[in-house]
Amino acid sequence: MYRAGLGIFSRTLVLLAAAAGAPAADAQSGWSLINMPRGVTNVSRKIYGLHMMGLWVCVGIAVVVFGVMIWSLIFHRRSRGAVADVTMVHNTKVEIIWTAIPVLILVSMAVPAANLLVRINNNSHAQLSIRVTGFQWGWQYQYVGTPVSFVSKLGYRSDEARELDSGISPYAVPHYLLTVDHPLVVPTGEKIRLLVTSVDVIHSWWLPDFGVKKDAIPGFINEVSFTVDPDKPGTYRGQCTELCGRDHAYMPVVVRAVSPAEFAAWLKKQEALQKQGVDISAQQASTQTPLASPTG
Amino acid sequence: MAEPHAETTAHAEHEHMPHGWRRWVFATNHKDIGTMYLVASCVMFFIGGAAAMVIRAQLFQPGGKLVDPGVFNSLITLHGLIMIFGAIMPAWVGLANWMIPLQIGAPDMALPRLNNLSFWILPFAFSLLIATLFVPGSAPAGGWTMYPPLVLQFGDSFPMLIFAIHLMGISSILGAINVIVTIMNLRAPGMTLLRMPLFVWTWLITAFLLIAVMPVLAGAVTMLLTDHFFGTSFFNAAGGGDPVMFQHIFWFFGHPEVYIMILPAFGVISEIIPTFSRKPLFGYEAMVYATASIAFLSFIVWAHHMFTVGLPVSAQLFFMFSTMLIAVPTGVKVFNWAATMWKGSLTFEPPMLFAVAFLFLFSIGGFSGLMLALVPADYQYHGTYFVVAHFHYVLVSGAAFAIMGAVYYWLPKWSGRMYDMTLAKWHFWLSAIFVNVLFFPQHFLGLAGMPRRIPDYAVQFTDWNMVSSIGGFAFGLSQLLLPYVVWKCVRSGKRVEANKTWDGAHGLEWELPSPAPFHSWTVPPSEALIARGAEH
Repeated sequence: MYRAGLGIFSRTLVLLAAAAGAPAADAQSGWSLINMPRGVTNVSRKIYGLHMMGLWVCVGIAVVVFGVMIWSLIFHRRSRGAVADVTMVHNTKVEIIWTAIPVLILVSMAVPAANLLVRINNNSHAQLSIRVTGFQWGWQYQYVGTPVSFVSKLGYRSDEARELDSGISPYAVPHYLLTVDHPLVVPTGEKIRLLVTSVDVIHSWWLPDFGVKKDAIPGFINEVSFTVDPDKPGTYRGQCTELCGRDHAYMPVVVRAVSPAEFAAWLKKQEALQKQGVDISAQQASTQTPLASPTG
Repeated sequence: MAEPHAETTAHAEHEHMPHGWRRWVFATNHKDIGTMYLVASCVMFFIGGAAAMVIRAQLFQPGGKLVDPGVFNSLITLHGLIMIFGAIMPAWVGLANWMIPLQIGAPDMALPRLNNLSFWILPFAFSLLIATLFVPGSAPAGGWTMYPPLVLQFGDSFPMLIFAIHLMGISSILGAINVIVTIMNLRAPGMTLLRMPLFVWTWLITAFLLIAVMPVLAGAVTMLLTDHFFGTSFFNAAGGGDPVMFQHIFWFFGHPEVYIMILPAFGVISEIIPTFSRKPLFGYEAMVYATASIAFLSFIVWAHHMFTVGLPVSAQLFFMFSTMLIAVPTGVKVFNWAATMWKGSLTFEPPMLFAVAFLFLFSIGGFSGLMLALVPADYQYHGTYFVVAHFHYVLVSGAAFAIMGAVYYWLPKWSGRMYDMTLAKWHFWLSAIFVNVLFFPQHFLGLAGMPRRIPDYAVQFTDWNMVSSIGGFAFGLSQLLLPYVVWKCVRSGKRVEANKTWDGAHGLEWELPSPAPFHSWTVPPSEALIARGAEH
């Protein structure tokens, strides 16, 4: 056991401090994480827009309906001398209105949702196809049309820290549980098509910043595509979202989006390594140094 | 007040009441069986709740080391199965047993021995399910949805899981048959269908749903069984099967199943709100039709649980539209409840408090449900804590709150005693506050990217998980008040003299003495009583 008791204590203090209105020390602090990320693809931003539209429509309905109910709760109480109007049992006009208005609201939500749905399910004209194969517990990435193929598993330091008797605090590990030994590398600004499947049980490849989630199902090949904004290179992180056994929480999805030139150079290097018979997965993993000290 | 019914006051009512263990093991009386269902449901609620406490303790902070990830997966699986099949559904069957005969003027359920069987199957089913924790290998840990191929990876516990599901299904089907036969055949003369209380109506529709879908579940798990032991390949892609087909079959059961858990709640709320608003239910017939519409729609929305499996776009569109449609009849119900309170004369006894909380919190669950129906947004929500928040809002602050409201509503009728109103209000306020502390932050976690069913998480999710866990512990502890209040009431509550515990109550059950005699309505109620009870 690592300092679990102390950890709980200190985190609780942080919690109480925040609850008392202390300003968050860190802008990236968990308190501010209350909404869907806008993401770095056109699709993810459109999904974010749809999500916010849905949210505000619901808030609007809630204000009206809850408002009416709260009005009754306050003003139609017996303790205020309210006398029940027992004749009010039925009103066809009102009932038609409150059936029709929701229908109109729903149609106004369904139209943009359907439009977007059709648009984002278009996987044609992809510039690069990558085969994504889930397994217990990790991902295999295979660049179609090239010999480049490697396995992507939980990063060494996270893997070490998550062991039951590790004694390593998750706070000591950068991007705890969201690092891999070997991220998927893609070029920005190009349409990438993923061909998602699995060799054992069902997994799901999720990258919130791309607005992409697709189940990896044995015997099926699912298609999904995305285009990272040309000006948004970087490392993006997600996780498996379909319960897939004991280590379901430990098979993150990490994608490094780089400029097309950088990508071409990277791919060439990997091809060369592969031709020499070097196992890329093993090679990359061994370059990582283990944690110097378990205390972190 | 009309004269109390001669037959209901006769002491002969209490004759032929067996005593000792025979009364319960050989029970054929609907009230005894109802009581056993409710007690069993309460026990399962606390067992499932204990699993939830371990889950929330594990998730209190990242790097949680309380249980092994495999054990964690078993706990979430058992928590789901126990709460759905052990806590919520038997509670509704218990309430149906107690109340349907009283409300329709029937002397008992139509099939009393079948009733006994359908209850006594349950202890065996759940012993078998819980015993999976102690067999070699692992308890089932593939989630309550039992998706293959994962579920096929579990060893000795797997056939026990399948057999337990079969037993629960048989119990539910027998219970549903009993409800339908009772309502169709044992209504007192003059108790026409459109005079029936909403609780009876919603249960009638629920019973049809049960009969329609429990065999589907039985079929699905039987195919799992043969895939595992007899070399079939229903869901095995390597043998020409289709793992996604299981999901279609499962959710063809699973979506009506969620309405099986919530429709009787609609019925209870439709009883409680008029009583404490001192006004008839607004739009009674619309309520009946809305319930039937929801039941029909529940059969054509199943694939909204599967938007990320790679369905054709046309199918995704269909299931998005059909799912959104459910908002219309559900909205009608909420508006009718709001209109019932409008210009009422409201008081806030514990049943009403739970009903009002239901209105607000179930609606919040409905709103997140509407958002989940928008397929492109669902690509982000699916499989995250947003979904966990959604279904706990509809099942805990929806179905479970309605059950608690029902218990506080009818307990004086069952026991002939009044419970400690102050303690019951404490139970309500603690539950209502902490259910939100527990589940509201889970919306944030899901949107920010935390998948469900994980025993450990990235550190940025710590803060809201801590809030959720604190809410969870407080909510779990407050639930201990419920059995205490009931126990105290039954042992030493102040006796209630009036037939009508609540001055605004309507319905045949309130024409009977309190406690309701062991044999009630042995002579059907008069037409006048029925008409008075049916002033919707």
